[in-house]
Amino acid sequence: MMRFMLPLVAFLVLAVFLYVGLHLDPHEVPSPLIGKPAPAFSLPQLHEPNKQFSAQEMRGKVWMLNVWSSWCVSCKEEHPVLVALAQKNIVPVYGLDYKDKPEDAEAWLAGAGNPYVLSAADREGRVGIDYGVYGVPETYLIDKQGVIRYKQIGPVTVQSLNEKILPMVAELQKK
Amino acid sequence: MIPEIGNFALIVALLLALIQGVLPIFGAARGNAVLMSLARPVAAGQFVFISIAIGCLVYSFLNNDFSVLYVAEHSNSQLPMHYRVAALWGGHEGSLLLWAFILTIWTIAVATFSKHLPQEMVARVIGVMGLISVGFLLFMLLTSNPFDRLLPAAMDGRDLNPQLQDPGLVIHPPMLYMGYVGFSVAFSFALSALLGGQMDATWARWSRPWTTVAWVFLTLGIALGSGWAYYALGWGGWWFWDPVENASFMPWLVGTALIHSLAVTEKRGAFKSWTVLLAIAAFSLSLLGTFLVRSGVLTSVHAFATDPRRGIFILIFLVVVIGSSLLLFAWRAPKIGLGGKFNIVSRETMLLSNNVMLSVAAASVFLGTLYPLFMDALGMGKLSVGPPYFNAVFVPLMTPLVMMMGLGPIARWKQASLPDMWVRVRWALASSMTIAVLLPLVMGKWTPMIALGILLAFWVFTTTLLDLRKRLSNREGSLGQRLKSQSRSYYGMQFAHFGIGIFIIGVTMVKGYETERDVRMDVNDTVQAGGYEFRFDGVRQQSGPNYMASQGRVTVTKNGELVTQLYPEKRNYNASGMPMTEAAIASGFLRDLYVSLGEPIPDSNGAWAVRIYIKPFVDWIWVGCVFMALGGMLAISDRRYRIHAKKSNKAGISSEPVHEGGGVKESKLAAEGKI
Amino acid sequence: MKSILILLVCLMPVLAVAGEAKDIATDQVTEKRMIGLAENLRCLVCQNESLASSHAELAEDLRREVREQIKKGMTDEQIIDYLVTRYGDFVLYNPPVKSYTMLLWFGPFTLFLVAGAGLFYQLRKRRKSVPETDLTPEAQHRAAAMLNNDKENQV
Repeated sequence: MMRFMLPLVAFLVLAVFLYVGLHLDPHEVPSPLIGKPAPAFSLPQLHEPNKQFSAQEMRGKVWMLNVWSSWCVSCKEEHPVLVALAQKNIVPVYGLDYKDKPEDAEAWLAGAGNPYVLSAADREGRVGIDYGVYGVPETYLIDKQGVIRYKQIGPVTVQSLNEKILPMVAELQKK
Repeated sequence: MIPEIGNFALIVALLLALIQGVLPIFGAARGNAVLMSLARPVAAGQFVFISIAIGCLVYSFLNNDFSVLYVAEHSNSQLPMHYRVAALWGGHEGSLLLWAFILTIWTIAVATFSKHLPQEMVARVIGVMGLISVGFLLFMLLTSNPFDRLLPAAMDGRDLNPQLQDPGLVIHPPMLYMGYVGFSVAFSFALSALLGGQMDATWARWSRPWTTVAWVFLTLGIALGSGWAYYALGWGGWWFWDPVENASFMPWLVGTALIHSLAVTEKRGAFKSWTVLLAIAAFSLSLLGTFLVRSGVLTSVHAFATDPRRGIFILIFLVVVIGSSLLLFAWRAPKIGLGGKFNIVSRETMLLSNNVMLSVAAASVFLGTLYPLFMDALGMGKLSVGPPYFNAVFVPLMTPLVMMMGLGPIARWKQASLPDMWVRVRWALASSMTIAVLLPLVMGKWTPMIALGILLAFWVFTTTLLDLRKRLSNREGSLGQRLKSQSRSYYGMQFAHFGIGIFIIGVTMVKGYETERDVRMDVNDTVQAGGYEFRFDGVRQQSGPNYMASQGRVTVTKNGELVTQLYPEKRNYNASGMPMTEAAIASGFLRDLYVSLGEPIPDSNGAWAVRIYIKPFVDWIWVGCVFMALGGMLAISDRRYRIHAKKSNKAGISSEPVHEGGGVKESKLAAEGKI
Repeated sequence: MKSILILLVCLMPVLAVAGEAKDIATDQVTEKRMIGLAENLRCLVCQNESLASSHAELAEDLRREVREQIKKGMTDEQIIDYLVTRYGDFVLYNPPVKSYTMLLWFGPFTLFLVAGAGLFYQLRKRRKSVPETDLTPEAQHRAAAMLNNDKENQV
C-alpha cells in the first residue's frame, strides 16, 4: 500500500529542491581559491609601465584586488563605492586592469576618479585566468599571509561592503 | 483598443475555464446530468475567447502596435510578416498564450470526438483540462500578461532575436506544444478514471489514440528543434543535452513507455496502475519542463528571460497539479485490479521491461539535468553535467531496449516460447553482428561504438523485415492482398521501430565518420575533404529585408564535376546589430556538405576563415524521426478506431467492465451482444 | 595538342595564385587535442555551451591557454586540473567521480538493476495472485470461430 505513496513523496522532495533552486543563481561560479594562496604574478603598472607590481609586495598587509576595465558596464556602478572606500583609508585597494587598452584605462580613471593605490595592467588576461576571473568586475580580499579570504563576484555594493567585506577586513587586520 | 479586447477575452476565458473545471467534475461525482452536460459548451466558449485573445495579439504584431510591451520587445517594423506572427511565441508571455490556445484546441478535439464515451468520463476529462487551463490563464493574468501596455509607445520594436528569425520558429514551438499539451489528454483520462473508480481496459482503449497523436507531435517537434539547431548554429551539432532539450526529451521517453503500456492494458487489462502513473508522469514532466525553462533555475541557451516571481507561481501550480494527481493516485490506485495473467516469458513482459528501461532512461536524464541544482541547493558547490555524462549513461541504457525491440513483436501474448523466438531471430542476430564487424572496416574506421550502433540498427532492420515476411507468408493471395491483410497498427509499429533503426544509423555514422576542416581560404583556394573539392570564390555584400550580409560562394566539385555551389553568410541585423552565421548546407541521401564562414582574415585581400564539414548520413537522424511519426499516424488510423466511431452511432456501447483474461477482442463481442 | 599546351600555359598564372587552403590551426595535432579537451569543458560565461564551440572572449582566452599547456607537454589530466584549480568543478562538463557524484554516476545503472529486479519480483508474485479464468468449452468454441474470421496476433 505504501508504495503508492512513493511517487507523491518523491515529488514533494523535488518541489522543495526546486523552491530552494529559485533563490540560487546558476550562473554564479564560486571561487575554489578561497583559503588558498593568492597566485603570484608580476605585471607592469598601468600609469608607470617601467615599474612592476607583484602580489608578493603586499605580504604583511590586508588588501583588496579589484578586477576592472574601461569597457565594463557594471564597473561604472561600483566605482563610486570604491572611491568612497579608498578615501576612508581602511584597506588599500589595488586594481587589476583586465584585457584593456592602457589609453582607454587611463582616460577612464582620469574622468571617473582613481580609487586605486595603483593598477596592474593585465592586457592578455592571463593573471585573470590564474585568479579564476570569468567576468568583470570581481574583487578579492587577501590577508597578510597572502591567502585569498573572500571573492566578490560582480560589483562591490555598499551592502556587501558593510555586511561582508569590512567586518572581514577588521578581523584580518587584527591578526 | 485591440489589446484591451484581448485582455478582456483572457479574463472571460478564465471565468469559463473555472466553470469548465469545477462544475462538470462536481456533476460527475453527484450524477448530475445537467452539470455534466455543461462540459462541452463551456469548453467551446473558452475556445472562442482564447481564440479572440490570440487573434488580438496577432493583430497587434501584424500592425506593429509598439504600444504593446510584448510586441515592442519581440518585433520590429522591418521584420518580415511571417516572423511577426511567429514572434508571438518568441517570448515568455506569448508562448504561454500559445500554450493556453493549444490546450483549448485539444479540449475541443476531445469534446468533439468523444460521442461514444460515457457522460461522466467526458465531464471529468474536460473538467480536468479546464482546471489546467485555469492555471495557465491565471499565470498570464497575474504575472505575464502579453497585453501589458508600453506607454509612451516605442518608435520601433527591439526586433525578434535574429537567431529566431528562421522558418524553424514558425513550426517548431507549435509542434512541440501540441505534443506537450497533448499529453494533458492522457493525463485527464487517467485522472477521470481514478476519480470515477473505473479502471477497466476500455479506459486504455480510449486513451490510446489521443496519447499516440500527442506523441507524434512531440516526436516531430523535437526533431524539428534538433534540425533547426543543426543548420542554424553554424557548426553542425544537433543535440546538446541542454536542460531545455532534456525537458522535452523526458516527456517523450515516458510518452513512448505510455503508448506501449497502454497496449498491454488495453489488450490484457494488466498493469493498469503503472499505466496510470505513466500518464500522470508524462504530463507532469511537460509541466516541469515549463517550469525549468522559465524560472531561471537552470542555465540554458533556450531559456526565457527569468523572473523569480514567475518561478514561484509555476512551482505552486506544479505542486497543486502534480501533487493532487499523485495524491489521488495514492488513494485510488490500490483498488485497481490486477488484470490478466501472463507468463514471465511473454509479450506482456517484454513490453513491461521496455517500460522499465524507458522510465529508467527518463529518470537518468532527469537526474543529470537536475543534479547541479540538487548539489547547489545542498550547499555542495556548483557542478556541471554535460554531454559526456549523458552519452556515457544513455547509450548503455538504450542498448538492451533496442535489442528488446526486435523480440517484443514476435513474442506471443500471455505465453511465449524462448526456443521459438530464438529460431526466428538467430539469423537476424548473426547477420547484424557480421555487418557490424565488416561495415566499419569497409568505411575505413572500426571502433566498438560504431560497431555497436550498426549492430543495433541492423538488428532492428532484420527483425522487422523477418517478422513482416513471416506474417505475409502465412497468408494467401497476391503480394498486394497479403500486404493489406496486416492491420495499420501493425505497420505503424514496424514503421516506428524501423525509424529507430534509421535514426541509429544516422547518429552512428555521423559521430563515427564526420570530417572537419577549419581553413584559411584566399579567393580561388581549394580544400580537399571527404572526396570533394571545395573552392572559395570570395565574398560579396548582400542586403536582406532587415539585415546586411557578407555572402560567400563556395563551389564544390567531385572528380572535376560540379556538385553544387554553396552560399554561407555572415549577417548583421539592422535593428539589433546582432551578428549571425548562416551555414550553407548541401543535403544528400548519404551525406551533408556543411560550410560556414568564420571571420575575415585582416589585411589579406579578401581571405576568410572557412569551416567545412562532411557529415555522412546525418539526415537519417531526422528521417528516422519522421518514420517514427509516420508509424504513429498509421497506428491511429487503424480500423478499430474508425469502426468504433461508426458503431457507436448504431448500438450504444455500454461501459461495463470487460471480463478479465483471455485475448478475445471485446468490442466485436460486445457489439454482437454476446457478452 | 598545341592548343592544349597553350591553354595550359595560359592557366598557369591562375594556378600560381590559387592554392590548397591552409588550416587555420598551424598545429593540427595540438588543435585536435585541444578541441577534444574543450568539448568536455564548460564555457563559463555562456548559457550552457562547451569551451570548444563558444565564441566568447573568455572562451578564446581559455582555448589559447589549453593550447599552450599542450605545447608545454602537460597531460590531459594536468590541464584539466589546472582549470579546475582556478574555476572549480563547474568548468567540467564531465562531472568528476567523487563521493558526492556517486549517485549521479551510479544511480542510473543501480536504478536499472533495482527496477528490473522489482519487475521480475512483481511478475512472479502476480502469477500466484491472478486467478486463471478459463473459458468454458462452449465459450472456447465460439471464440475459436470468431478468431478464424479475425486477424491473428493484432498489435
